[in-house]
Amino acid sequence: MSRYFTEEHEWIDVEGDTATVGITDYAQEQLGDIVFVELPDVGTVVEQGGDAAVVESVKAASDVYAPISGEVTEANGALEDDPALVNTSPEEDGWFFKLTISDKSELEGLMNEKTYAVFVEGL
Amino acid sequence: MSDGNSCVNEDQSETHPDDLPEQQVLPLDAWHRAHGGRMVEFAGYQMPIQYTGQYGGIVAEHEWTRNHASLFDVSHMGQLVLEGENAAGALEALVPGDVSALKPGRMRYSLLLDENGGILDDLIITNTGERLALVVNGAVKWDDIAHLREHLPDEITLTHQADLALLALQGPEAGAVLEGLVPGTGALIFMTAAAFEWNGTPLWVSRAGYTGEDGFEISIVADMAEALADALVADDRVQPAGLGARDSLRLEAGLPLYGHDLDPETDPVSAGLMFALSKSRRETGGWMGHAAIAPILASGAANRRVGLMVEGRMPAREGALVFAGDREIGRVTSGGFSPTLGYPIAMAYINADHAADGTRLQIEVRSKRLDALVAPMPFVPHRYYRGDPR
Repeated sequence: MSRYFTEEHEWIDVEGDTATVGITDYAQEQLGDIVFVELPDVGTVVEQGGDAAVVESVKAASDVYAPISGEVTEANGALEDDPALVNTSPEEDGWFFKLTISDKSELEGLMNEKTYAVFVEGL
Repeated sequence: MSDGNSCVNEDQSETHPDDLPEQQVLPLDAWHRAHGGRMVEFAGYQMPIQYTGQYGGIVAEHEWTRNHASLFDVSHMGQLVLEGENAAGALEALVPGDVSALKPGRMRYSLLLDENGGILDDLIITNTGERLALVVNGAVKWDDIAHLREHLPDEITLTHQADLALLALQGPEAGAVLEGLVPGTGALIFMTAAAFEWNGTPLWVSRAGYTGEDGFEISIVADMAEALADALVADDRVQPAGLGARDSLRLEAGLPLYGHDLDPETDPVSAGLMFALSKSRRETGGWMGHAAIAPILASGAANRRVGLMVEGRMPAREGALVFAGDREIGRVTSGGFSPTLGYPIAMAYINADHAADGTRLQIEVRSKRLDALVAPMPFVPHRYYRGDPR
């Protein structure tokens, strides 16, 4: 399994044709206390860089973009009852949705863990 | 300007507004950064929206304020002083409140209105005994100063006390904390104020605030603000809190925020601020905006500011449209998630026909319709200190 990152602070775990998407620890730290996550319905077709979810902190609503194109196969129901999971476990239990990847070549433009760490360092 | 000589007194070396740098610096700027403040631009200043660390974060700071005491830096607000013969009478030409009846040491919430009855700012007026002290919103303080100077007679001196900081200590433990540091402050009751001294530094302490909790606003010379902030947070009951918590606290307390819930397009009747229109002056008039507001007072406002409790967890924020069935009846002016209540709340201006408590409405958020209920404000009861019960 490989993990990729975007400049918009989403992470994506890729296993075969399936991917799991969430937001990074850096992102949740910037957003602060998360009170609601609006997730895409199963079957939604998302496009790389397009709107996929909305995360609401106490102070503002922020868009979460699809790191890669595909069809949503599952949304993390645990976030409905406990959106704060995004704060406490952003890169594990606080995942947002899973999708079936439509074009694996889109992964090429994404960062790996090391380059993302350098990217965040520079912010 | 009515007269070339009627300028505003500026304490210290405050520059003219036209020459102001884009970002002004708070007296506590370095203190906030040292305490982990995450700084954002607000009202022309870099201000902490929240702090990092064990007690930091908007929800944690919000809850700390409801349970203990929080220190807010509100030095961005304008601290003005009016002096001169019958300053109260002169100010009454510009505000709808009964300023002349304000006894020494008493404070009153009031409004600066334009000729159309629109709200230019909301402010606190205090009779300090010798003069009138005004605290106005930071974002519009320069406009307020220009408006006051333009319309007050030349004999009234207007001084912008730009050399003062303003610290707010808010929460149920604020009274005990400040009494320990500045003996005598505990005897103040809500909306009263007096002069005190701390380590030889003069303080002007008001028992008031913007959180719905008991608390104080402490005016102190800017040079000493850091020392006072240090002394306050040295008490285990006090943590610093930022703009984020200040906003969620005031929203729960049903207190409008200027520039969002109040602006020149809103009037005091629609805004539900009738209490700021002193009864004696509603009919007699003699204040700017009276001619425009009198008919609204007589026949009622077409729209009203109401509280809305939103079902579910998705917050409805400023700008969201409010519907009664298919009909658009208003707009949210501020909204967010209530940490105390655990659900989203909002303020909105809506058609008065739908403004009764308990009315079921819908709010559109990202093309979804959220169910909402018109609710009385405050959403969370005020807990002001009005004196010990007998």
